[in-house]
Amino acid sequence: MANPYLQLLAAQVRSQTQYRVSFAIDLVGSTVLTGLDLVTVWVLFGVNGSLGGFGGREVLLMVGVAAAAFPIADLAVGNVEKLRVYVRSGLFDAVLLRPLSSLGQLVVMDFAPRRVGRVLQGCAIYVVALVAAPVQWSTPVAVLVVFAPLAGAMFFGAIFVAGATVAFWWIDSGEISNAFTYGGKDVAAYPMTVFGGLFRRLFAYGLGFAFVSYLPVLAMLGRSDPLGAPDVLRWCSPLTGLLVAVLAGLFWRTGIRHYRSTGS
Amino acid sequence: MAGTIASGTRVLVALAGAGFRRYATYRQATIAGAFTNTVFGFVRCYILLSVADVTGDVAGYAPGQLVTFVWVGQGLLAVVNYWGQQELPERVRSGEVVSDLLRPVDLMAGFIAADVGRAGHAMLTRFVVPVVVGLLAFDFYLPAHPQTYPLFAVSVLLAVLVCSACRYVVSLTAFWLLDIRGVLMVWVVCSGAGSGLYFPLPVLPDWLVTVLWVGTPFPALLQAPLDVLVERGGTGHGLALVAGQVAWVLVAIGMARVVQRRALTRLVIQGG
Repeated sequence: MANPYLQLLAAQVRSQTQYRVSFAIDLVGSTVLTGLDLVTVWVLFGVNGSLGGFGGREVLLMVGVAAAAFPIADLAVGNVEKLRVYVRSGLFDAVLLRPLSSLGQLVVMDFAPRRVGRVLQGCAIYVVALVAAPVQWSTPVAVLVVFAPLAGAMFFGAIFVAGATVAFWWIDSGEISNAFTYGGKDVAAYPMTVFGGLFRRLFAYGLGFAFVSYLPVLAMLGRSDPLGAPDVLRWCSPLTGLLVAVLAGLFWRTGIRHYRSTGS
Repeated sequence: MAGTIASGTRVLVALAGAGFRRYATYRQATIAGAFTNTVFGFVRCYILLSVADVTGDVAGYAPGQLVTFVWVGQGLLAVVNYWGQQELPERVRSGEVVSDLLRPVDLMAGFIAADVGRAGHAMLTRFVVPVVVGLLAFDFYLPAHPQTYPLFAVSVLLAVLVCSACRYVVSLTAFWLLDIRGVLMVWVVCSGAGSGLYFPLPVLPDWLVTVLWVGTPFPALLQAPLDVLVERGGTGHGLALVAGQVAWVLVAIGMARVVQRRALTRLVIQGG
């Protein structure tokens, strides 16, 4: 008896690759869409050769960590976004009745194989950035280089789950979670010095988006945060990723306990 | 004949009204969407301002103009609605489009009328929130000439029409492909990058900007109304932009008609 999750996963991959032309365009298109983020940074950077006081290769490394982290999270748990559709249509009742984890089912039920392209592309950008940027190599830095995108992926994955959970109370909340997932992805890819005021305090340090890419990259480059964050925080992204994941998990459990079927 | 035109117009107005009321019932989604546009407004605004901080301007846009460009752009995104939910492709796939075609209203005219009603609702809700936040939080460029406001209104309406006709063409590809996710993705990439949503188009090389304006409808979706509003190049340039939009409305609707004719020859109704 094969693992039921794997069977659901295989069924999804089969069904989504049925319309081949569409799948091919979709795969290429979603890869190009991620490339567009890089193009945007490059175009804006090109205006005067720096962004927020950082040079091109340094910014590229920040983009690289975010470009590798986000698609991994999107591939792994991005489909929980569909929760609001299931709550609305009542399909979530069926999910709860099955003898499998509800979160696990949601993750595999809408698995989107087209997102693999973005993961590969993001990792390629990261590798290129690592070669190009003046990284101060040492053993702790090497460990951070490996763990930073994974911690970032965990962070974004937690944001995806937390955003979807809101649908238990508020069905049409989808766009709000977009602000923190896709909006957060944009915030994380830039040096935090670009942002200002209350917005920076809230997004970068309050919600923790600085930990995804900006702070670890500062550690890789051997620089201190010009905004004055203590040096030790630059190494903390795996811890914050874990913390946010635990919080998101607790929020999900609370959400499920509050789920009341639409009753239709 | 006059009676037919009058009743046809009445139907389209009624469809636009229905589009307006339909979206007026999605209150949670409206609030959520406006919130997201506002967050993206902050992100894009800070990024562009930080670029302008070094050079004093970005491709000829002063910081105040950039602020207006970003926040009004975020407001217009929902009005012009590049990426809204689409029902038509699903109706083509399932065959339900047959009942749409049986109605005494042209499929495209009905689609565009309902979309204009939706845009009207978005203008009163989704447009207002980010613009007010931008006005309060940043140093916003306000048009110096009073005639800019009506010109902007016309430009927005034309942008809605161009976008609606383009999305109609995108939806009709379902007659050939059944599953249009791929085409939709191409549309999302091109309309986002080519319309000035991610960055004002003049930061690109001149030849590329010219190709985009002349060869694609994308700048007519967002860059044109925004350039009119921030008075880039003055009223004369604004009028030229609006004239260009009119041309794109005609081209897009003409293309939609051709595609529709060809698509309907592919329609096979099974059963009785």
